[in-house]
Amino acid sequence: MEVLKIATAGSVDDGKSTLIGRLLYDTKSLTDDKLEAIEKTSKQKGYDYLDFSLVTDGLVAEREQGITIDVAHIYFSTHTKSYIIADTPGHVEYTRNMVTGASTSQAAIILIDARKGVIEQTHRHFFINNLLRIKDVIVAINKMDLVDFSEERYQEIKTDFEELMGKRDYQDQKITFIPVSALKGDNVVNRSDRMTWYKGQTLLEHFEGLDRADIYNVGTPRFPVQYVIRPKTEEFHDFRGFAGKVYGGELSVGDEVVVLPSMTRSRIKDIYFYDKKYQTATRRSSVTITLEDEINVSRGDMLVKANDLPKVEKEFTATVSWMDSRELSVGNKYVLQHGVNKVLAKVENIHHKIKPDYSGIEKGISALAMNDIAQVTFRLNKPIFYDTFKEHRTNGSFILIDNQSNSTAGVGFIE
Amino acid sequence: MLEVLINNDLESEAIYILREVAAQFERPVLLFSGGKDSITLVRLAQKAFFPAKIPFPLMHIDTGHNFPETIAFRDKLVKELGVELIVRNVQDSIDQGKVVEESGKYASRNILQTTTLLDAIEEFKFDACIGGARRDEEKARAKERIFSVRDDFGQWDEKNQRPEVFDMLNGQIELGQNVRVFPISNWTELDVWSYIQKEEIEIPSIYFAHKRKIFLRDGFIWSAEDEVVFRAKDELVEERMVRFRTVGDMSCTSAVLSHADTIEKVVGEIRESKISERGARIDDKRSEAAMEKRKQQGYF
Repeated sequence: MEVLKIATAGSVDDGKSTLIGRLLYDTKSLTDDKLEAIEKTSKQKGYDYLDFSLVTDGLVAEREQGITIDVAHIYFSTHTKSYIIADTPGHVEYTRNMVTGASTSQAAIILIDARKGVIEQTHRHFFINNLLRIKDVIVAINKMDLVDFSEERYQEIKTDFEELMGKRDYQDQKITFIPVSALKGDNVVNRSDRMTWYKGQTLLEHFEGLDRADIYNVGTPRFPVQYVIRPKTEEFHDFRGFAGKVYGGELSVGDEVVVLPSMTRSRIKDIYFYDKKYQTATRRSSVTITLEDEINVSRGDMLVKANDLPKVEKEFTATVSWMDSRELSVGNKYVLQHGVNKVLAKVENIHHKIKPDYSGIEKGISALAMNDIAQVTFRLNKPIFYDTFKEHRTNGSFILIDNQSNSTAGVGFIE
Repeated sequence: MLEVLINNDLESEAIYILREVAAQFERPVLLFSGGKDSITLVRLAQKAFFPAKIPFPLMHIDTGHNFPETIAFRDKLVKELGVELIVRNVQDSIDQGKVVEESGKYASRNILQTTTLLDAIEEFKFDACIGGARRDEEKARAKERIFSVRDDFGQWDEKNQRPEVFDMLNGQIELGQNVRVFPISNWTELDVWSYIQKEEIEIPSIYFAHKRKIFLRDGFIWSAEDEVVFRAKDELVEERMVRFRTVGDMSCTSAVLSHADTIEKVVGEIRESKISERGARIDDKRSEAAMEKRKQQGYF
């Protein structure tokens, strides 16, 4: 079945957890025992409504503080699709976890409290969705019950948000506005009879109607080699298979390919998936490819179609979202992981910091602190084979690993 | 004429993760309990490395309270695959005085497994332990990364997890640390059952409805066929048609009433069920944060 991953973004108390709880509740995805647990705890806390945040805030520290610290993954399905909701934190200090949750999502929900309207955090949420080039964005104007289901208020917020849309640099993003009340269940799964002025789809109807081809970035085929399979058994004595995942497009038997970085040419002999051979492997499938010629290929190399080469460079500029408590400074060295390939990278220059509230850039910066976003130039010890993030979501992104702490310290989007 | 391969996102993701483990680590191991999730993992590993054998051993932390059907199944599977099986016993940890057996009505060896597991990790110097945990199982698991770094005490630092972006998995660790790897993180219980059905994967017989001597306690159905499950004198034994939805330590795994004796019927039953899978695990009900606390201590 088709899997659609949705990231949520909203500030504290905008009702993100309630919205997710409502989606689960109205699609009858909450089992009786989980519902009972929510009822019991809500009652113990003295609430007169169901505290759905208990579904998503899985850590003790989150329940203590009543805030979301890290991404939770919530699952439900309908007859059409399987859904994964990445419930990401809204706090400024957890921007990195928001990037984590949103990076693998095809769609996003930005929540706005109808009483508060577009606030600074909304700018940030939209900026990150834009940076990650999420194709389908829902602006859910929540708590409509607290503004008397007013169409006027909805239009006001919509107009404010549209102003933001003029500032984004990724234009190919579909944005839909939906007035909802997560608490009361209006326009989440079921249509509201208190907002008859709204003629659009409910939140779930919208997601159900999304077409796969619309929301997945396609790009051209890239095949990073993860693992070389050499069974050395009697039956497969000379077998040398290159295991990996097809990113973008598709690959077929007989295709002329170039192996990067050696630039050796060959043709695809067989495409295996488990014990069966296939003519064509479509994007995102994890297959094993054999080549017609005996050539040297190892992990980190990449097979691409001969008529469609990526850039092969030792220096490039990228937008970096910094995620570590140790600062990124000019001259620092990191392990740069691009797909499954690892090289050493040196920070050559920080051009400017980008303010995720769309208030401009800040020049003359020599270091990045946690949650900063900036334009940075790197020099590598070996070239990588990349596309820009605009052209290819997977082949245009990388992570930076701190060699001392081994932590994933940053993520980059190649320009 | 060869076909076009239709991609299954969840399967492809799991295979990708298993290959990353084989490539990034020196001493990986697949934790095998004989349950449906770890059986699914084994099939995914076969697919990931075909036509080569699975390039890591399986390890079973045996509580000594396993369903006999599960053990028989485990041994048969390992023989068929031709992979190495490592077994470490909780009983040995008890005999060595490292852990103390719980007593009373709710006694379980589930928590005791952690010590045996951590000792085995140290003994074999495993740097990656692959497990069949899924994020839909429990709310603390919903928070965990696919590559979850544990310190040399086996502990999970839930507030300071590595960001995991796009498909890139960072397996860099210090000596002594290990990574718990969850290739089927994004699968639901129904996904696993549907996959078992589609792939025609063999599973232990206790997953299917069968007659069993049982007794009731706290709304749960307990097996009365083995003495490891504590039963008070006033708890009456009766024979019912039951099956197990999850297979863990016998002392903390309860059965469900069911007539589902084929995989089709099991899938249908899961689809309609109003109770979550973990609803049948008594040890998760010990407190709101039972799972999180166990994970912090090094549990899977």
